[in-house]
Amino acid sequence: MHCDYCGEQDATVHLAQLLNGEMKNLHLCKDCAGKSGINVDEPVSLSDLLLKAGQAPGAEEAGKKDIRCPQCHMRMSDFRKTSRLGCPACYDAFAAELAGLLLGLHKSHYHAGKAPSGTRLSHAIHEQAEAVSGRLKTAIAAEQFEEAARLRDELKQLQGELREDVCHEGS
Amino acid sequence: MKARERRLGLPPWLREEDPEGIVMSARIRLARNAAEAAFPGWAGNEEGERLGRRMLSVLESLPPLAGGTVLRMEDVGPLERQILHERHLISHELTGKGAGSAVLVAPDETVSVMVNEEDHLRIQGLVSGKDLPALWTAVDALDTRIEEQIPYAASPRLGYLTACPSNVGTGLRASLMLHLPGLRLAGDVEKVVKGLGKLGLAVRGLLGEGTEAFGSMYQVSNQRTLGESEPVIIAHLLQIADEVIGHERRARQRLAETRPGLLKDRVMRAVALLTHARIMSAEEALDLLSGIRLGLALGWVKRLEWPELDELFLLVQPAHLQKQAGRSMGPEERDEFRADLLRTRMAGVEWV
Ligand SMILES: [Zn+2]
Ligand SMILES: [Zn+2]
Repeated sequence: MHCDYCGEQDATVHLAQLLNGEMKNLHLCKDCAGKSGINVDEPVSLSDLLLKAGQAPGAEEAGKKDIRCPQCHMRMSDFRKTSRLGCPACYDAFAAELAGLLLGLHKSHYHAGKAPSGTRLSHAIHEQAEAVSGRLKTAIAAEQFEEAARLRDELKQLQGELREDVCHEGS
Repeated sequence: MKARERRLGLPPWLREEDPEGIVMSARIRLARNAAEAAFPGWAGNEEGERLGRRMLSVLESLPPLAGGTVLRMEDVGPLERQILHERHLISHELTGKGAGSAVLVAPDETVSVMVNEEDHLRIQGLVSGKDLPALWTAVDALDTRIEEQIPYAASPRLGYLTACPSNVGTGLRASLMLHLPGLRLAGDVEKVVKGLGKLGLAVRGLLGEGTEAFGSMYQVSNQRTLGESEPVIIAHLLQIADEVIGHERRARQRLAETRPGLLKDRVMRAVALLTHARIMSAEEALDLLSGIRLGLALGWVKRLEWPELDELFLLVQPAHLQKQAGRSMGPEERDEFRADLLRTRMAGVEWV
């Protein structure tokens, strides 16, 4: 069997993995497996491999301007080659390009786990906003207009904070 | 730094055994990066080395790493790297790294930290059995302690920022290694894996070269790292793993009822070859040792302890083999040495 990437050498590394509920098989030669960073220890992410092969969502759009991270100077085209970002600021610089990829990989836009030290998570603000919005509806239904006005202001402020996050992420 | 000659004893993830021999080990790793610095793959050599040294000096004195082993990759020879890799202490990526990269291992080998791998830090925990919640508690505590000393790259929206977007958020990869010889024999692995497909988990055979899923070992792990909390990710993984374990149990029962000869042949063939063969590749050895595991679980193989058996899964691998031989060996010589080792170790085994 020939390698799925180079089509030349014999495939000696065989991967079976689920991607979006479908079983995919990938057969690679030792060299290509190495280049793909396949690691016996770590669960291999097939989406990661596909990303490398340039087939991931958002990986095409050849005519677009090649954005550069102001911090580390990595270009979007560099990222497409390695599928590894250059520095934390790349997440801001490439936010628009990464949004689709992140949603495809994780089905989410918000971190909902352990809060990094000193960070108020957008997810927490998001959840708080949802709760306030629920209380607002109840207040309106009960014709408690003073309470409703207060809740509306609170909601506006929370939404403002969320928008700031998104701006900070650069999209 | 401790003078280092790693003993070849049993690592903690091989020390206890579930009597059915289905669950092998549980593993957690967290990807973390220092704030305001280029990720290792993009940083200049000097910049990466400087940061690596700075992080190492912090980590060295941090419990539970303090008093453990510190290995700077520049000091580690090729065979030793391979040994560490076979013991799951360093990743394949780290085996190719030089100055600025390192691994720190706690005295009991349960937790370790890789420095300057794909991310600045890879914190990992590895135990036998499937107690991922307890392992998470240990890894989480170490992570918090490190964060007090080394501010992490993070964002309010995306959480912990990682070199690869597939890890962003929690940076968590939790996995269980399962031994599924019943499903494999019944030809049902793919079906079960497919059934689990819509659940956001990756299932794959333990990689080998040549055939698929050596030793019928499969790793189940989470794929998503963004949008779910760590305890939720872990609970989900355990719930699914329990279903897989149930499938394996039923596959063994069904085989025992409908094809007892097939089951017995798998075990007895393994006994026969391991006690008599003169040439044995690593792939064949792992495959046959899986048959012995099945035999032990079914009570057909006797006078062999689980830890003894599981140690063999390590000892037959190329670097461990050469370490025992005390010399470097080519593939042909290794295959003979491996067969000799297995015959010796299996000599006292009885079967019914
Ligand atoms: Zn190839
Ligand atoms: Zn950057």
